[in-house]
Amino acid sequence: MSFMKKPKVRHPGLPVNDLGLTARDYEGGMSTLCAGCGHDSITSALVQAAHELSIPPHGFAKLSGIGCSSKTPAYFLGASHGLNSCHGRMPSVATGANAANRDLYYVGVSGDGDSLSIGFGQFAHAMRRNVNMIYLVENNGVYGLTKGQFSASADVGSTAKKGDANMQPPIDPCQAALTLGATFVARSFSGDKEQLVPLLKAGLMHNGFGMIDIISPCVTFNDHVGSTKSYEYSRQHFHKAIQADFVPPSTEIKAQYADGEAMPVELHDGSKIVLRKVDDAYDPTDKAAAAAYLRDRQALGEITTGLLYIDEAQPEMHDLAGSSEVPMSKIPYDVLNPGSDMLKKIQSRMR
Amino acid sequence: MSTKPSNNNFTIKIANVNGTGSASANGLLMKSLFRLGLPVVGKNYFPSNIQGLPTWYEIRVSEKGYLARSGRVDVMVAMNAETYQQDLDGVAPGGILIYDSTWPRHKMLAREDITIIGVPLSKMCNENFPSARARILMKNVVYVGVVAALLDIDLDIIRGLLNETFAKKVSLLDGNQLAIDLGYNYAKEHFECPLPYTASVIEREGKGSDIMIDGNTASGLGSVYAGATVCAWYPITPSTSLIEGYKQYCEVTRKDPETGKNNYCIVQAEDELAAMGMVLGASWNGARAFTSTSGPGVSLMSEFLGYGYFSEIPAVLFNVQRCGPSTGMPTRTQQSDILSSAYASHGDTKHVCLFPADPEECFYMAADAFDLAEHLQTPVLVLSDLDIGMNDWMCPELKWDESYQPDRGEVLTKEQLEEMDVFHRYVDASGDGVAPRTLPGTHPTGAYFTRGSGHNMYGAYTEDAGEYQQVVDRLLVKWDTAKTLVPKPVVESDNASIGFISIGSCDHAVREARDELAAAGIAADYMRVRAFPFDQDVQDFIDAHDRLYIIEQNRDAQLKSLMRLELSLDDSKSHSILHYNGLPMTAGFVVDAVNEDLARGKAA
Repeated sequence: MSFMKKPKVRHPGLPVNDLGLTARDYEGGMSTLCAGCGHDSITSALVQAAHELSIPPHGFAKLSGIGCSSKTPAYFLGASHGLNSCHGRMPSVATGANAANRDLYYVGVSGDGDSLSIGFGQFAHAMRRNVNMIYLVENNGVYGLTKGQFSASADVGSTAKKGDANMQPPIDPCQAALTLGATFVARSFSGDKEQLVPLLKAGLMHNGFGMIDIISPCVTFNDHVGSTKSYEYSRQHFHKAIQADFVPPSTEIKAQYADGEAMPVELHDGSKIVLRKVDDAYDPTDKAAAAAYLRDRQALGEITTGLLYIDEAQPEMHDLAGSSEVPMSKIPYDVLNPGSDMLKKIQSRMR
Repeated sequence: MSTKPSNNNFTIKIANVNGTGSASANGLLMKSLFRLGLPVVGKNYFPSNIQGLPTWYEIRVSEKGYLARSGRVDVMVAMNAETYQQDLDGVAPGGILIYDSTWPRHKMLAREDITIIGVPLSKMCNENFPSARARILMKNVVYVGVVAALLDIDLDIIRGLLNETFAKKVSLLDGNQLAIDLGYNYAKEHFECPLPYTASVIEREGKGSDIMIDGNTASGLGSVYAGATVCAWYPITPSTSLIEGYKQYCEVTRKDPETGKNNYCIVQAEDELAAMGMVLGASWNGARAFTSTSGPGVSLMSEFLGYGYFSEIPAVLFNVQRCGPSTGMPTRTQQSDILSSAYASHGDTKHVCLFPADPEECFYMAADAFDLAEHLQTPVLVLSDLDIGMNDWMCPELKWDESYQPDRGEVLTKEQLEEMDVFHRYVDASGDGVAPRTLPGTHPTGAYFTRGSGHNMYGAYTEDAGEYQQVVDRLLVKWDTAKTLVPKPVVESDNASIGFISIGSCDHAVREARDELAAAGIAADYMRVRAFPFDQDVQDFIDAHDRLYIIEQNRDAQLKSLMRLELSLDDSKSHSILHYNGLPMTAGFVVDAVNEDLARGKAA
């Protein structure tokens, strides 16, 4: 059905955001992914998050690598520029794009294949640099587009469709992110919009690199018995440690939280993320504790979800570089040109 | 071999151990000769190492301005016992070798046909300088004093240089002045004119305005003037100093006076692949962005170069070539990336390449590179090399045209987009092969998807045969447009039947060879190619000569190969002259090769 263009009709009852726009204004083209693919649900959550944040639809730049998940930027934010780069190389392009213009909202979409093998180096270093962007690992444990090979996130003992078992230890993007100094680490599930949308909003507004690992089952190649990233397995083994609500600056926190249950984190623009512990043991501001928790739960076969770690105090890439507030791409040449007198002065030391 | 030394025409070579402070002493000697008004060049032969291995510095002085490596050593300062034998062997007959006579030389290390001069450098330093570090450093300055005496260099010039160098570190000034005097006085006392030639003051056009600069510093400075704001890089010999140059000049010229914030952003990437990805991301987003690397880095960047070619994103890549293949010799020069740069990446790709000959062209070609990259929406590779990049060249004063405005190419503005119903990325209305682009964040109408996969002229994904071919064929139209925009070759023609074709840093050697051959009655025209694609001028030169010598610094005749692929070049009339051992080419190499070929021709 993807050959049909989406009709440009708008239901009069659709909610509008602060810009007077509906969610339709944040959509993209028709998906060509398999029916039931988890990635399409993530796309839908992204559209909702972008709409609710009232960011202008062309104020984003959406980048991806190569793979099924990397196709999805064509399916959201049709009014934003998109870039599909080389396999595993999206983080560098996003870093450069951000270097040129710090004012846009950067959405990087990748998969476990794109990020955890060929892309592992760039994934790691973009986090170390704290590039201001949101980075989604749409994680299904396989290479979907090349038809079902194991990815590096496949669990030990999980089986491919043809029955081969993976015996190499998995890379958990969240545990890796914690080790590499990421300032915002979250995990969710494509089928849980209630959890995912606030995480996407929080990640977009976080001043730094927002990494979200989203379990996103592949209905064609990894939704069978023996997979640890199927719909069934995920639902059985998820363990919500923490629930995050995103509160924009203009809104007061209305929900009642029992004492000790809520932990508000303020973002630079005055919006807040309110964290509610589902598990009392969990502290998302304690990196070492978070790492231990994830590891221990993993050993029990549980997939911990929620906003696992946040540090809003760390400088992002441009803060560290001392960059001008005016984006590099917008500084006029007259300001950049040192002038012929300066050239004479520089050369006076070369004689 | 070039002609025997004479007044203001000689080559000095200093053999030392790297990491012992010889570089500044050598620079002092070179600069003092330069200040006399003499054309000089300083070439480094340094090891791929940090400390303790042999390093050489070679200064050629040529009143006529012949500044290619001479291929001879007239004065050798042999400070490294490890290489003493080969340094002794390398002195030209009639030449002079200076050594540290604090320790005795082996009797076997003798030569009847040169003058060997012993100066007790270490002993003098031990007697005059208290600290171990000072003794090591000042030993080098003492030999500068010795050489100055032997060549009769005006001591005031050297003293003046020292005063300038140590203006802010007065405590070091006295030590250096003393060291110079020690060497100078010892030489004057003990040796009566062992050299039949001297270095004297001359007047010439350019004296007082010419500068000494290396190509990497010039490229970095040129990038600042070109308005580059984003630089992503990964360290590799011999290109790192290009980025250091860019950074150094940004720190001085690109800080906002009010906010103190930087009008530039330099990112040290985790590897070369990431560096090129960052450059493309920044250019895609409207900043002038560049990287610098060497051959191995270009190999790594090739995937992204193909991406930039097909998705049509500007980028500037400075390739400071070194000896390959593979890791090769990181501290030796070569021009062996011509083919891999021109055709980088799989599939049908062709990249605009610029070939500067010297630091002066490195400076001006930086702006050319950025203008071409953005006008043509494609990666542009500037092929410098280690000889240009890391050696000390004499260049005319660099001038900046205040009326320069960067060519940003066709980028649609917000106002233009407001008037449009729809924007399609790869539609070429003007027929020059270039389709206007838009920048992210400008206006919703401008949004489009950039991809390295097959796309049609509307910017949509395609697997359609006709749509795909239409796009790649348009890239050839763009290539033809590039031919009209890139720097033209430099041609010197007297309507000779022989023509020299060369490229980049071969220039000095080729010009000197040409003069030497002309003096012997062999006339040759000369074309120096400065860019790829080749324009009609290059074909015309090929067609106008009966015998062509294509002179380049690689084993596999890559420039000639490129010409055979892209132009009409008759094999039977072209002969390759190939120099590729890692040392810069000499005029003598070219002269000998030409004479050999002509003799073969006569014998046949």
